[in-house]
Amino acid sequence: MSTHALLVDRGNLRRRNRVNRLVEASSTVAALLAVAVLLIVVGSVLSKGIGALSLHFLTTPAGLFGDTSGGISNAIVGTAIIVGIAALIAIPVGLLVAIYTTEFAPQRIAHQVRFVLDLLNGVPTIITGIFVYGLLVEHRHQSGFAGSVALAIVMLPIVARTAQEVLALVPGTLKEAAYALGVARWRTLVRVTVPTAAGGLITGALLAVARVAGETAPLILVCSIFGQGVLTEPSEALASIPVFIFQASESPSPEAHTQAWAAALILIAFVLALNIVARAFYARSRKRMGA
Amino acid sequence: MDSRASTESPAMTEPNPKSQASREAPAQPAGPTISVAGGSSSRLGTKSREIGNLELRGLNAFYGTNHAVRGVSMDFDSNRVTAIIGPSGCGKSTMVRCINRMHEEIAGARATGRVMLDGLDLYEGGIDVVAVRRAVGMVFQKPNPFPTMSVIDNVTAGLRLTGAPRSEMDDRGREALVGAGLWEEVKDRLKAPGVSLSGGQQQRLCIARALAVEPEVLLMDEPCSALDPVATLRIEELIGELKERVTVVIVTHNMQQAARVADTTVFMLNGELIETGPTDKMFTNPDDDRTEQYVTGKFG
Repeated sequence: MSTHALLVDRGNLRRRNRVNRLVEASSTVAALLAVAVLLIVVGSVLSKGIGALSLHFLTTPAGLFGDTSGGISNAIVGTAIIVGIAALIAIPVGLLVAIYTTEFAPQRIAHQVRFVLDLLNGVPTIITGIFVYGLLVEHRHQSGFAGSVALAIVMLPIVARTAQEVLALVPGTLKEAAYALGVARWRTLVRVTVPTAAGGLITGALLAVARVAGETAPLILVCSIFGQGVLTEPSEALASIPVFIFQASESPSPEAHTQAWAAALILIAFVLALNIVARAFYARSRKRMGA
Repeated sequence: MDSRASTESPAMTEPNPKSQASREAPAQPAGPTISVAGGSSSRLGTKSREIGNLELRGLNAFYGTNHAVRGVSMDFDSNRVTAIIGPSGCGKSTMVRCINRMHEEIAGARATGRVMLDGLDLYEGGIDVVAVRRAVGMVFQKPNPFPTMSVIDNVTAGLRLTGAPRSEMDDRGREALVGAGLWEEVKDRLKAPGVSLSGGQQQRLCIARALAVEPEVLLMDEPCSALDPVATLRIEELIGELKERVTVVIVTHNMQQAARVADTTVFMLNGELIETGPTDKMFTNPDDDRTEQYVTGKFG
């Protein structure tokens, strides 16, 4: 038998080629589908909401129930306050949890903390809302702060898990270099490890903010009955963009529906922008860590 | 005058083992940190020293139950370069990491025996590991400059991050760069990121960083293994100059390198010290058969 026989296309090889093409084609279709879903969602929100979008809409507070002459300035301010306080709670705690698990905890405990964070990440946000309702709203009243606490609980595992992944990427050789210079452990952490990972840590925090900015279920429970006008006091209930979208879409008036689409457009634009900024920070961080 | 020149090395036996406390209470006018006591950089360039003599006595090192270094006793003389050779996994890196107590940073690792620097046991209770590492500097296999810091900040990192006074920082940084043979190449881009330098320059930057804290001993763990031949040659030349300032201990896989740079060569096998002697003799006429077999390439 000449060696050319090896190069002849036999049945087995043909079959493997077919399987190869099939897998490649189906995974390509799946990837296109995912992109298509995003484009369809963004496209429909854009086409349905752009009509109601105006400077007036962005700078005027919502009118009384049923009155669609107002805008979402109170909801924008409310979301900024609620998410801002949530970030102030969740980001420092999340970073400390990540630092504890990657730098100090024994392997076994670190593993368990990771598992618990993954469980927390999987808790439906309506459950988080009910928990915070029982903790801070029942027998009292709704408040922006209660909304912040609920969103902070949603954010915490996201911040902590991404920070863990990023801190674990910091090369051990850098810590070694610092230790070998006689630098104390905490100082190595603060001056070498965290600055090296800074880009990735910021990325995680921004993604967590983007994730909770549109969170609706817990806010409906703990922060959805609010007064007129632009409110800024977090001890009282505050308006928010997701709750505005929910309430406007429940309304029978077509004008209110268009307003809901316009508010959704603002929310999506904000989340997309945050994601893009987060990617930029991540790219910078990867470069630093030689990845 | 250098306080470390005295026989008892008082810099190492701070009554308060918490280096942090001593940092926050800068009692010594010359400088708050331990091994900059005396502060003077006059020792750089000194032709001969009476300090920097290192003795190992019955040193054992373990990773869990793995006995990696087995009862090593030997001396490293000041103003000399000592090369440690041996096949992979023979414990040479581990032994060197015991000298600046980096070995104990690994979970489950421990060491027994004595490491004496100028008569003082570095493993004695009350000796602060931070003080040990300032007296015994280290350069690693791969250049590891801090990626968030500029060239000059990398060099002075050991000073800044251990709380040395800012005033002398620039001078000490420049002196260290001169000492590492890097000053001419980087003097115009001190503010550029340390990682923007070439691999060989980065390694000399790491040597400068180690020199800046003015150690008595410099440990080099295969410092050229990630470098090209030209950069390697540059570092080998530098090692010859460094021994005038520090006791140099270099771990190397490369026997030609040991022959080129070392005054004394040590051969290790399976965690044990097999033979130590003048480099010429070790490579031409060693006493032990195993040394002869190794240096003639029969194994390893």
